[in-house]
Amino acid sequence: MIEISMEVNGREVTDQVEGRTLLVHFLRDQLGLTGTHVGCDTSQCGACVVHVDGRAVKACAVFAAEADGRQVTTIEGMAGDDGSLGVIQQAFQDHHGLQCGFCTPGMVMSAADLLRQNSNPDEDEIREYLEGNLCRCTGYHNIVKSIRAAAAAMG
Amino acid sequence: MPKDDGIGAATTRREDPRFLTGKGRYTDDINVPGQAHAFFLRSQVAHGRIASLDTTAAAASDGVIRIFTGDDFAGVGGLPCGWQVTDRHGQPMQEPPHPVLAQGKVRHVGDPIAAVVAETLDQARDAAERIDVDIEELPTVTNMQSALEDGAVRVHDDLESNLCYDWGFIEDNREAVNAAIAGAHHVTTLELVNNRLVPNAMEPRAAIGDYNVATDEHTLYTTSQNPHVIRLLMGAFVLGIPEHKLRVVAPDVGGGFGSKIYHYAEEAFCTFAAKAINRAVKWTADRSEAFITDAHGRDHVTRIDLALDENGKFLAIRTDTLANMGAYLSTFAPSIPTYLHGTLMAGNYATPLIYVNVKAVFTNTVPVDAYRGAGRPEATFQLERVIDKAARELSISPIELRRRNFIGKDQFPYATPVAVEYDTGDYHATMDKLEEIADIAGFSGRRAESAANGKLRGLGISHYIEACGIAPSALVGALGARAGLYESATVRVNATGSVSVLTGSHSHGQGHETTFPQVVADLLGIDAEQVAIVHGDTATTPMGMGTYGSRSIAVGGTAIVKALEKVIAKAKKIAAHLMEASEADVTFADGAFTIAGTDRSVAWGDVCLAAYVPHNYPIEELEPGLEETAFYDPANFTFPAGAYACEVEVDPATGEVEICAFAAADDFGNIINPMIVDGQVHGGLAQGIGQALMEHAVYDEHGQLLSGNFMDYTMPRADDLPSFVIDHSCQTPCTHNPLGVKGCGEAGAIGSPPAVVNAVIDALQSGGHDVDHIDMPLTSCRVWTAINADTGS
Repeated sequence: MIEISMEVNGREVTDQVEGRTLLVHFLRDQLGLTGTHVGCDTSQCGACVVHVDGRAVKACAVFAAEADGRQVTTIEGMAGDDGSLGVIQQAFQDHHGLQCGFCTPGMVMSAADLLRQNSNPDEDEIREYLEGNLCRCTGYHNIVKSIRAAAAAMG
Repeated sequence: MPKDDGIGAATTRREDPRFLTGKGRYTDDINVPGQAHAFFLRSQVAHGRIASLDTTAAAASDGVIRIFTGDDFAGVGGLPCGWQVTDRHGQPMQEPPHPVLAQGKVRHVGDPIAAVVAETLDQARDAAERIDVDIEELPTVTNMQSALEDGAVRVHDDLESNLCYDWGFIEDNREAVNAAIAGAHHVTTLELVNNRLVPNAMEPRAAIGDYNVATDEHTLYTTSQNPHVIRLLMGAFVLGIPEHKLRVVAPDVGGGFGSKIYHYAEEAFCTFAAKAINRAVKWTADRSEAFITDAHGRDHVTRIDLALDENGKFLAIRTDTLANMGAYLSTFAPSIPTYLHGTLMAGNYATPLIYVNVKAVFTNTVPVDAYRGAGRPEATFQLERVIDKAARELSISPIELRRRNFIGKDQFPYATPVAVEYDTGDYHATMDKLEEIADIAGFSGRRAESAANGKLRGLGISHYIEACGIAPSALVGALGARAGLYESATVRVNATGSVSVLTGSHSHGQGHETTFPQVVADLLGIDAEQVAIVHGDTATTPMGMGTYGSRSIAVGGTAIVKALEKVIAKAKKIAAHLMEASEADVTFADGAFTIAGTDRSVAWGDVCLAAYVPHNYPIEELEPGLEETAFYDPANFTFPAGAYACEVEVDPATGEVEICAFAAADDFGNIINPMIVDGQVHGGLAQGIGQALMEHAVYDEHGQLLSGNFMDYTMPRADDLPSFVIDHSCQTPCTHNPLGVKGCGEAGAIGSPPAVVNAVIDALQSGGHDVDHIDMPLTSCRVWTAINADTGS
């Protein structure tokens, strides 16, 4: 077992993990942050996307130990303390950018990273960026719409 | 008065904040104190005899609590099949046993041989590696034609053959259809494959069995579209647990598309094992495990003949299909190629004679069952493809040929020759709308632009019909269903006037928690915010049949309306008493009870309070309280229909297909929430386009699934799809349910595959390539091969 420490959603955490423990399992099973989902076993679906030091990362493709000393943000860290939705989250609700909700945390985290890099992406740029996030419900139509609306709202 | 949160309003979803903040509660998010973890050792070969199975070393591994094998399940039932099809000779289908864990033989890759239960998942997985299993491999059958040959290897030793059934529909019409085709002016024939698909809901299946030894009560948390059905099937047929000792909870479920209807071995295992070790047992599928254990969809091989007269009028349709059942019969598998497929072979057309033959076949592959559309996409695909081919052969435009044969608006109700009666529709209207929104008139200009860029542009049309609102119980019972298909609702009015609706429907993305309150708000004249929806737990909801077959609003929504009608009837009596008026004089509108013709009224909330604080109350005539339950069994199916257009560009050098535009004009009858309906269509289109262009569950001759994970099975991604142009302003309300609703969940997946393929064929033909058909998925390899194999180029 290895002792690791990191900042998760603004809170310092320290815990013991096995070398083989993936970040996604550390978040879900040891920290109880079950908003980060596991949708595949080949790093294809993106349901587990979180931010590590501000950048989108598939938490199934990173060992927990690799995040030692880093800042991690999960979907639970994206809303206000009073539960108010962030701009991207609100845009997803306003434009029906989610149905079953399972891919949604990863989509929101990816969208946030996209908008950090490109504040006004066009439809093609959004679709290309989302290539690493699978959704089976929405056909992506309203996800694209949501992200465009979020970009507009963020000015 | 139209309400801004009632029927017809595009209100945003109340489910969303929890999903957007990581507060959803899916099965794998649940951890029961003291739970152990299960890992299944699965067959890596498609067919074999278990020569020996030694768990001694594995049982001694760290953390192992117990290892289970088929022997542990010798005393319990197998997984039941919920539908018995009778063949064309009057004989019941062949129905082999489906054990929870393999009994002596394995019949597909993924068949569970043993299960390790350990303190942690890693320990269970590690121990499974130490199970010593010797499987004597047997020859496999994965191809349906081969499986039906004399002397073919049998998937089940105890069955006479691999033929599950040979079904004829309607058998008495067979000779008349053959005669009509033999004598017809023109016959168009097409042989095609409806490719096998993996549903791939984004949430992998999971199950947690929990057991309370003090009360002898079981709880199963599971990723299910229908928790009551699982309770009934597993309790009554597999484990022998009565309903009052078995609670099934389907919490937030991350998509289903049919694949989470069925009762799976892992549910029975976790429930059984929890009692055996007196601890909760949890299992969650890996995606790769899901690929070889979730029921697959489609997998039909079909030949269809369409006979036409000299004016292009359809005279007769004959279709022969081989339908893959896989190695075992999944819960509703036998019904999909039969009653959900044959009954839709009339499409939108007034064809007088139709005969459907289906041979269902066992193979050494994963079981096949309903996947979004379930039988109806298979019917629509062959019909809409053969019509397109006929149009080309007869030099009639595809739109015109369809219009020439549409069932007219004045012909409803219309009894088809395949045993269903369409209540209403207006197919010319949806086609008109499609021509408008898809700008069909401007296509030739767009084709010229593509040609200037070296691309072949094609336009594909389809028009579908589907039977939704599943289903009238007596009818399906007569056809072999072993379950009723009503739906239930309890409307529980609280003392201060808010309402809890307990529904047997289950939402796994459809937004029931938003849509159903809109109905209640409209009918009671209260704010939707005053209405809560409770679903997904057999302990709290009345026995219902769950969500699939686009049934929730048509059947479940109607159950809510019926319960509301009872509530309003009782509330009127209470209001009459409060106002000292005759009940007959009391009217109810906009949340108030009024004595007709006066300004005397009493508010909804006051009546509710009186029901629970019955101080001034007709106690001798009326019970206190305001809570009513209704079970609604539909009189008929509903029949949504729509016209779809796909435009593609094909690169003749590479065979690559790009979807340039996709338009859908649907008639869903009345609509409760247009935003949610849009979303349902978008998702269906994506799955249909995925089937047409990229998805394919491919087995090799040894029964290995070659496309068994997301690296190899091509899921549609954001950059594979266009934005869609959709419209549902054509509305012919359903005539036999009070909301006039038809259902919208499957339409996109039904109507889109033929539109895509028709578009690609049109593109190739426009380039002078004599290509009549390419089987799905239309990968660049297949399209390029077709271009370069044809003799017309």
